[in-house]
Amino acid sequence: MTRYLMSTAAMLAVSASAALAEGETIGFSQIGSESGWRAAETTLTRTQAEERGYELQFSDAQQRQENQIAAIRSFVAQGVDAILLAPVVATGWDSVLEEAKEAEIPVVLLDRQVDSAEDLYLTAIGSNLVHEGEVAGEWLAGEVGERDCRIVELQGTTGSSPAIDRKAGFEAAIKDHANLEIVRSQTGDFTRALGKEVMESFLQAENGGKDICALYAHNDDMAVGAIQAIKEAGLKPGEDILVVSIDGVPDIFQAMANGEANATVELTPNMAGPAFDALEAYWADGTMPEKFIQTESRLYTQADDPAGEYERRKGLGY
Amino acid sequence: MNIRALPLYVTIAIFLLAYLVCWTQFPAMLSTRVIGNLLTDNAYLGIVAVGMTLVILSGGIDLSVGSVIAFSGVFIAVVLRDSTLHPLAVFAMLLALTTAFGAAMGFLIDRLAMPAFIVTLAGMFLARGAAYMLSIDSVPVVHPFFDWLEGLYWLMPGKGRLRLIGVVMLLAFAAGIVVAHKTRFGTSVLALGGGEATARLMGVRQGRTTVLVYAFSGLMAGLSGIVFTIYTGSGYSLATVGTELTAIAAVVIGGTLLTGGAGYMFGTFIGVMTMGLIQTYIVFDGSLSSWWTKIVVGVLLLAFILLQKGLVKLSQDRLAAGAGR
Repeated sequence: MTRYLMSTAAMLAVSASAALAEGETIGFSQIGSESGWRAAETTLTRTQAEERGYELQFSDAQQRQENQIAAIRSFVAQGVDAILLAPVVATGWDSVLEEAKEAEIPVVLLDRQVDSAEDLYLTAIGSNLVHEGEVAGEWLAGEVGERDCRIVELQGTTGSSPAIDRKAGFEAAIKDHANLEIVRSQTGDFTRALGKEVMESFLQAENGGKDICALYAHNDDMAVGAIQAIKEAGLKPGEDILVVSIDGVPDIFQAMANGEANATVELTPNMAGPAFDALEAYWADGTMPEKFIQTESRLYTQADDPAGEYERRKGLGY
Repeated sequence: MNIRALPLYVTIAIFLLAYLVCWTQFPAMLSTRVIGNLLTDNAYLGIVAVGMTLVILSGGIDLSVGSVIAFSGVFIAVVLRDSTLHPLAVFAMLLALTTAFGAAMGFLIDRLAMPAFIVTLAGMFLARGAAYMLSIDSVPVVHPFFDWLEGLYWLMPGKGRLRLIGVVMLLAFAAGIVVAHKTRFGTSVLALGGGEATARLMGVRQGRTTVLVYAFSGLMAGLSGIVFTIYTGSGYSLATVGTELTAIAAVVIGGTLLTGGAGYMFGTFIGVMTMGLIQTYIVFDGSLSSWWTKIVVGVLLLAFILLQKGLVKLSQDRLAAGAGR
């Protein structure tokens, strides 16, 4: 029995952390690690905290809200200086956010929103999905200039907000250009496999692909699948058919380095950078940030050193 | 020393030792804030574990409780959204519903002589499916009475909060202790868990006891659902997936024999608190992966199963030695 007790004690003592370092302590309640993007967000939050000399208390909620609530309560009990929260659902945060507020600990929401009153959190960091579509559309309009362009579109999961908003943004951007027209649009469910399959049917329907001037995919994964289909049809992706997509995952940068994709709009996983900036301003002189801070939707083309961007991203956990 | 109570002493010793380890590293762990949080954050788990303890004492298992909690949340949220009923009336309806659901499962287990594992597995899918049918989105609960319940707490010295739901859990355990250890029904449950033949010899009405045990577990799952809804202020059909297994783990870590017949309700309380403590420690540390919670719980479970196996063998040897003399 003593042995069991000892082993339990040993388990609990594993990697006992040393005394807290100088600088602010930040609690980060992350949803989980369900996607590559989220893993990259976690990695970037860690490196950002390290660069700025913060002590980061990281808690992975394994997709469960009850774990997130418990983690935030523990952060409050511990007396951290700020809390970052990437909420798994929008509802049910009122009482725990109130506790943090009463303890005067600012909370910054990352990437997703909550339905609580705005005074319960300092600010929310996120991207604007409509704007991402606009950036992609504007790039394409500038790229083709005056010539006629028949566009095929690979949509995200039907009914999901990224699919709806990225479509709306793109359409708004090309609305005033009569020479641009979306001729076919179907869902590829955000997956590589379906992106390839749907692109194959587009190519068959459009005279073997000769009538298609450009592809707009709602995410990079579908674009990567479609590029494969275009190559198999004997065409050159990036030249015969322009490829523009959204997200900025490492593989699309590799495709751009190979000249097979033309542009991507990055959904930055660096939500922590703007969050820390807002917190620093708040700590310095009590500046209250806007309630929503939109992250930059940066456009990357073949001219932006895609090989280098790939190298920078491949270690982030995508 | 009563050998049957040994797992309980071990449970308490482990909890105190673990708390000591935590406290030496993070003195803030001994604050009333953390103690209040432990009670609040584990309230739903503790309540459902009260029901689970009784079920396991009777030699059964109830896999439906996690789904029943999720169903309860969605039920409360949807009914409050779509009708003008008072929350208390909705609570009463819900508790009647989940108790009847538990009783029905108990009835099937007894009458069809089916393994509890199978029947409650079906119950698990049924309750989860019913939750999805009511709503697939997370539904916020908006009602002034609900907000009042949510904000109800006693500020302990040191700024810790003893919230209403924590008190409800403590009351549930008190009731559980009385039911399991101080009533005739509790004795029947323990006899049933000790073996059907023994129970029959003792004159236990097996059918009635089985139905009541699962009805009690259903009632506790419903109560836990209410507490969980107050805790999160919303109903979500994807909530508390796998909570039944966490509750079973808490019961076993609490020193109850997984095969039934022996154990203590108070041990389950310590089991729940131990699991909450591990989770708190990992958040306080901040650099450990949260999956360590599962690893430590797994190690504890294994340790307790081995301990119990050893104790059972020891008492059998004693009996054999006694008979040989």
